[in-house]
Order: sequence, then structure tokens, then C-alpha cells
Amino acid sequence: MSQLSSADTTTETPAEDEAPVEVDERRQAVLDELTRRLGADAVVGSHIEPGYDLWVRVTREAWPEAAVAAKAMGYTFFDFLSAIDWLPSPFGRDMDAQEDLLGDPAPAKEPQPIVQGHAGGETRFQLLARLYSISAGMGVLFKADLPDDDLSVGTWSETFLGANWHERETHEMFGITFVGHPNLIKLYLPTDFQGYPLRKDFPLLARRVRPWPGIVDVEPMPGGDDSEGDGE
Amino acid sequence: MTATSDPTQLSELAARATDNRVNLDFETEGMTLNMGPQHPATHGTLRIVARLDGEQVVSAEPIPGYMHRGYEKLTEVRSYPQINTLVNRIDWLGSFANEVPFILAAERLMGVEAPPRAQWIRTILFELSRIANISLFLGDYGLQLGGMTAGFYAFRDREHVLNQIEAATGGRFHPNYDRIGGLKDDLPKGWIANTHNAMDKILAFCDEMDDLLIGNEIFQSRTRGIGVIPADIALSYGLSGANLRASGVDWDLRRDSCPPGLVYDQVDWKVWTHPDGDCFGRTWVRFQETREAALIVKQLLDTIPSGPVMAKVPRIIKVPEGEAYVETENPLGAMGYYIVSKGDLVPFRVKIRSASFNNISVVPWVARGAYVPDLISILGSLYFILGDIDR
Repeated sequence: MSQLSSADTTTETPAEDEAPVEVDERRQAVLDELTRRLGADAVVGSHIEPGYDLWVRVTREAWPEAAVAAKAMGYTFFDFLSAIDWLPSPFGRDMDAQEDLLGDPAPAKEPQPIVQGHAGGETRFQLLARLYSISAGMGVLFKADLPDDDLSVGTWSETFLGANWHERETHEMFGITFVGHPNLIKLYLPTDFQGYPLRKDFPLLARRVRPWPGIVDVEPMPGGDDSEGDGE
Repeated sequence: MTATSDPTQLSELAARATDNRVNLDFETEGMTLNMGPQHPATHGTLRIVARLDGEQVVSAEPIPGYMHRGYEKLTEVRSYPQINTLVNRIDWLGSFANEVPFILAAERLMGVEAPPRAQWIRTILFELSRIANISLFLGDYGLQLGGMTAGFYAFRDREHVLNQIEAATGGRFHPNYDRIGGLKDDLPKGWIANTHNAMDKILAFCDEMDDLLIGNEIFQSRTRGIGVIPADIALSYGLSGANLRASGVDWDLRRDSCPPGLVYDQVDWKVWTHPDGDCFGRTWVRFQETREAALIVKQLLDTIPSGPVMAKVPRIIKVPEGEAYVETENPLGAMGYYIVSKGDLVPFRVKIRSASFNNISVVPWVARGAYVPDLISILGSLYFILGDIDR
């Protein structure tokens, strides 16, 4: 029991330490500067996790300018660019393979609402990218909403050469078009591949048709979902 | 190439003419050279299609994807402990280092912090992975450039590190030792003394490598001034790790934004940079980092605190709703995981930022105008692991 109690203190101390430091002035200053450069209309959402990260959501139109503005502010290191599909998976519980259900097909899942994460959002697809400033020693995460009927956005590959491959990957995995990209062809997938694998409505077939040997490991323990392990 | 009226060809010619490293006047009918997917210099199955003009590379386009395993999709149906075994297989030479940023990101979302002893052991194993990874690079790069000797010494001495990793974790290549909230087990008896011995052997290995490889005249003439990447291009491509530090950028995530959970602030160490940005610089920085890593491990072994190695976490890992990005300085460069959780057993989305993906995307830029044998020098010095490109 001595082990458990000492572990308790380590988990709780950081939360207490952080409580007074709610305002992260450095990240707030970066956000203000970005808003000034892009215009208040272009920055539609933001989120600061004090001491950790800054999320900035810009409009689709301001996406290429956001890269230019951030680069001018010293965010010269291109970290990554990708996307998030916020649609909840339509394939029942993600854990259930059809064969694990002993003949009963998975119950049809009622469509769940789309809930976006930090910095908010309005659409199913969101771009996600991160730039880093070596002089400031911190990064900025950018997001942008893309409407379902027009999944296209201006390219970053002119501002950051490394975005070339990341945009090709995002293009083949999510079906997002980057306008102005010099070479928007498939990167990993075969040329004739159909569909966009990282979309939530693209089934992971191997998972659906094969029983899962690991299912035992994640079955809920007696005592409900929130059993706290050896706490009692 | 002869006169043409095809607009695409014309624009290609114009683009090439702006790049003074390729002399358009002397250009002849080109030839396409296919390297890989089974070339020894590609560490696996990277394919490179190079357009040649005589001995000079006009354009080189890497074609990855022969080993794509779809980890980003798989993570959406696997629980967090299971993903830990998956990410082991991204950079398979420094496997433990792959686990660390993932576990740290999950810990941040859960608000869990590992006990000090676990943080120390994590950092030690993180550096041991670095030594295991880079010592193979030093040997393998010598092999690729025709220096067989270094390869044998590297394989011999890497065993010392792998033995220590195996003794602690049970796995030579895929430890799966990190857990949310701590580590699987404590260290076995005698491990600290044995690791001290292993680090002494690694330091001796570094001295040997200094003579055999770094100081070798042929090696230097094959690498000096070859494949120069300026700092702004390196940053723009997102190169990280030794590839970036060899271009003179003094940036190391271990020192500059070390996530909580690793204890690099507890040791006295140095970040090595090289001003040249060429193949030699990249090798030299990695070589110095190996020695530095051994010294870090020795310091940490002396100060390792006692106590538990596992914090109190629920038996069933459910990560609360939220998003977190944690990036660490892995052997190959900056590696990060962006985890989106919806409070379920499985993550909603995991974006894996692997170092080699960015590092190798610079090849079309840096190979232009190089000679064919230099292409091997350049590819080897960028040092990629196929699993780290394809994920």
C-alpha cells in the first residue's frame, strides 16, 4: 500500500501546481500576433493549454496565409500536416469483429453527432498541421474546417517544401485536394486504389472479418466501466 | 534533350535551368535508373527512380509505400496497450524510443505522471535505443561506402547494448516495456553495473570508430562537400535530429522542449552541431551523439532513485476526452504522436509524425545534380528506417 500512496501524490501534484498558472502569456502573445497578421475574421477559434500547446483554427481561405504569417513570425520548422475525420465510426463498436458476435450481426449504430476537439469546428473534415519555432522553443497547431461538398484548400508546399509529401499523403488518405500543389499524386497507395482509407466510413476489412485474439484483454472487468483497478 | 514545344516539358526545362547545379548546355539524352525496392543501400524497400544525364542525377524521386502497414488506421481499433506493441515496429532499430512519445501523450491526457525511478529508467533506455540505432548506422554507412571493417565492429559492439535492453525488458528489438504510468517491471539485479560496463565498451567503440571511419581519408573524400543541405532548406522540409544539427541548427528536443517524463534536465550533456550540412557533417554529429548518449546513460545510472516504477492507473486504460501532441528527440529525429481521444478504450485518431518521412522527402532536392555514387552517400547519410517512413 505504501507504493500506491506515494504514487498518488505524484499524480496529483502537477494539477495543483498548474491551477494558478492558467494564463500562458507567451502563447497568448503568439495567438494575438497571428490574429493581427491574418485579421480577426480569419482566426475563428483557438485553444491554449498552458505550458503545453496552442491550437489556432483559421478559415479555409486563410489557410495558406497562416503558413506565411507563422513563418514570418519565426515558425520556420515544418513539423507535420494531416487531417482529422470527426465522423464517429459508423461500424458499431470499434472493438467488435462480426465473427466475435456469434452469428448476430453488429447492431446498427444510431448516427452520433460530430463533436470536434480543441479550438472547435463546424465540419466533418478538419486540417491539422504543426509548425515549430526554434528560437521560441514552442509549436503552434493549426486547424481549418473543410466543407463536405468542397474538400479543397490552398497548398502549403510553396511556403514549406516539406508539406509536399504530407499533402500527398493527406490527399490519398482523406481525399482532400490541395490547390496549387505541384505533384498531387498518390504517395503510398497503388495508383488505381479506390477510396480514402483514413476516412471513418472506410471499413478496416481485416478487422471486420477476423476474430480478434486480443478481445479478452479489453473486456470490461466486473464492477463497471470505471473500475479503478487496485484502488479499493 | 532536344528542342520541344510541349508546354510541360518546357516548364520542366525552365525549372531545371534555374537550378544552376545542372548544366543544361551539356545535357544529353537522359536515362532512367531504378534503384530498389531491393537495393542494399535502402535499408528495406525504398525505391528511387532517378533521371540521369551521364553520371549526373537530374531528378530523383523516392517511392515509398512498399511496407506501409496502415498504423494510423489500426490505432483506431486497438486499445492503448496494444498500440504500444504496434509503435515498437516503426523505427525497429530504436524501438523503445518509439514507445516513449506515445506513452507520454497518453499520460498527459490522463493526467498521470510516472514515478521518478520509472522516468530515470525510461531516459536510460531511450538513450540505449539511440546507441543501438546509431551504432548500426556508423557500421552500415561504412559498408555502403566500401569500408567493410567498421561494419563488423559496429555489429559486435551493438550487441552489448542489445543485451542490456534484453536483460531489462525481455526483448532485443521490440521491448514493449513502457506502460501508461510507468514501466512493466523494475530492473533486474546487477543491471546497473552491467550497463556501466557496456557503456565503457561503447565509449571504446566510439574511439575505434573515430579511427576507422570518421578519420578515414577515403570516407572523408566520399562524404565531405557531398549532399549539402542549407539550414533554411532543412527547416522548410522539416528535417530533424542529426540531419538538422549537421546544418548548423542548434536544436535538440531533449534540451529545448523536453516533455515531462524524461529527465534530461538532470544530466550534464552537450548538443553537437556541425556547420557544413554535408554527408560528413551528418555522420559526425551522429557519431558524437553516440558518445554523448553513453555519457548520459552513465550519469543517469549513478543517480537513479529508488521507489516504485508504476503509478496508480486504472486496470482498464480509458483515456479522457482531449487532444495532445508530444514530440521527443528520437534516434532518427523528432518523432511525435497527435492523439485525439473521445474517452474510449481506443483512440479516435492518432497522427504519427515520424522523423524519416520528413528526412527522406528532401531527397529530390538534395540529389539534384549529384553523381550516381554520391546518391548512395546522400541516402545513407540521411539515415532512414523504412518502417519510420511508411509507418
